[in-house]
Amino acid sequence: MTAVLPQLPVLQVVIPLFGAVLAGFLRRGAPAFTVALVATWAAAAIACTMLWQVIAGGPISYAMGGWAPPWGIEYRVDLLSAFVLVLVSSVAAVLIPFARRSVTLELDEGREAWFYCMYLLCLTGLLGITATGDAFNAFVFLEISSLSTYVMIATGPDRRALLAAFQYLVMGTIGATFYVIGIGFLYLLTGSLNFVDIAGRLAAVGPDQFPAIVAALAFISVGVGLKLALFPLHAWLPNAYAYAPSFATTFLAASATKVAIYLLIRLYFSVFGYAVDYAALPISDVMIALSVAAMFVASTVAIFETNLKRMLAYSSVAQIGYITLGIGLANVAGLTGGLAHLFNHAIMKATLFAALGCVFFRVGSVSLGEIAGLGRRMPITMAAFTIAGLALIGVPGTAGFISKWYLALGALDDGSWLLVFLIVASSLVSVLYVGRVMEVIWFREPTSRACIAASDPPLSMLIPLVVLAAAVIYFGFDTRLTAGLSGDIARALIGDLR
Amino acid sequence: MDFLKDISSHYNYAVTIFLMVAGLYIVMARGNMVKKLVGLAIFQTSVYLLFIEPGKIVGGTAPIIDPAYSVYSNPLPHVLILTAIVVGVATQALGLAIVVRINEAYGSIEEDEILQKDGEA
Repeated sequence: MTAVLPQLPVLQVVIPLFGAVLAGFLRRGAPAFTVALVATWAAAAIACTMLWQVIAGGPISYAMGGWAPPWGIEYRVDLLSAFVLVLVSSVAAVLIPFARRSVTLELDEGREAWFYCMYLLCLTGLLGITATGDAFNAFVFLEISSLSTYVMIATGPDRRALLAAFQYLVMGTIGATFYVIGIGFLYLLTGSLNFVDIAGRLAAVGPDQFPAIVAALAFISVGVGLKLALFPLHAWLPNAYAYAPSFATTFLAASATKVAIYLLIRLYFSVFGYAVDYAALPISDVMIALSVAAMFVASTVAIFETNLKRMLAYSSVAQIGYITLGIGLANVAGLTGGLAHLFNHAIMKATLFAALGCVFFRVGSVSLGEIAGLGRRMPITMAAFTIAGLALIGVPGTAGFISKWYLALGALDDGSWLLVFLIVASSLVSVLYVGRVMEVIWFREPTSRACIAASDPPLSMLIPLVVLAAAVIYFGFDTRLTAGLSGDIARALIGDLR
Repeated sequence: MDFLKDISSHYNYAVTIFLMVAGLYIVMARGNMVKKLVGLAIFQTSVYLLFIEPGKIVGGTAPIIDPAYSVYSNPLPHVLILTAIVVGVATQALGLAIVVRINEAYGSIEEDEILQKDGEA
């Protein structure tokens, strides 16, 4: 065991990668699923072990191939990366049993193994972005996760999935290329690709090079902003989430955008923070304005959406607004709220999309008109949906309340009552779209035949759903892992700022 | 005159910027999906140039530790861009594969025609 421990940062990425190859070779659904299950659980176990190690002993640095950083590629797991690694891999670990029945229903038999292959590649990419300490390595992992995501979306049952995948491919590639342009500028300025090393060398760059740093910052902000669906760069997201297979949507909603946000935080605070005086740039104001716009515009669009997957996708854009609001505020309470919301929103959205996956499994539709009265037929599924829906609004006693509370505190620290008002007001807008669904599923009579015949899904789908819903409530009371850890991370990040 | 001097001594950057903007323009302005992918390829190629150009020093050799050579070109950008080219090829291949599937499903690869067909369905 002691021989394995120092290798954990690389095993975190390598295990899903080899799992992906194996799943592709197996060619049949059931064995490929088993590989995916084992690889995901192993990844979650490794992430949790590393979080424990980092809390006990500080950041872990792993020199890939024995080449010392900054010359070799360094894998660097600090509190922030460990937090995101645990989030992504444990949500995936809870969700993966859900995949078996859902994927069998929604995909042709010949494609199942490839789907698991793509899922594991995507997981590899996401964990890789988070674990690596090398800017270019992060780009490669970004593209690994994105390319596999396009494939997963394109396997959706509707032909519109193909169009959504193509649109996402174009936008995603532009985003990734902008990110590389930004990294190219940083490389030209500093001659280094290691995040820590770049940060150190940027501080020594003369003031005449300042425009180049700002250009790098701008390219990276837009590029990563596209990947994380920052309003108004979110156009790819609603269709991609709406037409992808249920499991892909659930997994992506909980992980892909979150990892992009991680990358943005890493670059803003741990890299540019050393060289750029943010008070001199309007970046914080722009971030807050876009976040508030996302919270209102996307939520308002969600109210009028009748395809529930699309509705939740727009809601995701709005919720990402809360997270980026925390980044824009850039004070300890605000950033704590943003990071806690990163975690909480991943769990909430996973619950909501998983519940819709169950609905699609039984009813064959997620359109608002066809699920009337489903609360009586699928009580456990709909109860989970309701709990997560309430958390989305931010009702006390659920996870969503905790993060919004800290965001409001952050806005107060910023001296802005207006922002506090806007946070509360936008929550009221989400009451409208969540409430509309609640009314239809609980207070109407079932009408369609599929709805009357429906019942709660098999246990392999129900247990992940119930675990996630329980987590939504649990993290509404026990805030050690969310707000507590986020607070520590936020203090460290703010401490990095110049 | 300084401006012209800057341009003529840094004409390689002018080429890079032109390709970058032209590629992005094609992606945005064309409704044909294959043309969009061509634009994307041009856009990505400009970034290859952005990395490669500064790595070359006139008269520089490969980094060989020998008293006979003193001026080296940086090999790292080439290695990075080799990786980026692989990523670009994968993106193009996947993009074209999806376009083939779109053509099978819709009978068209023009974005406006496809959106129209979904509107009817």
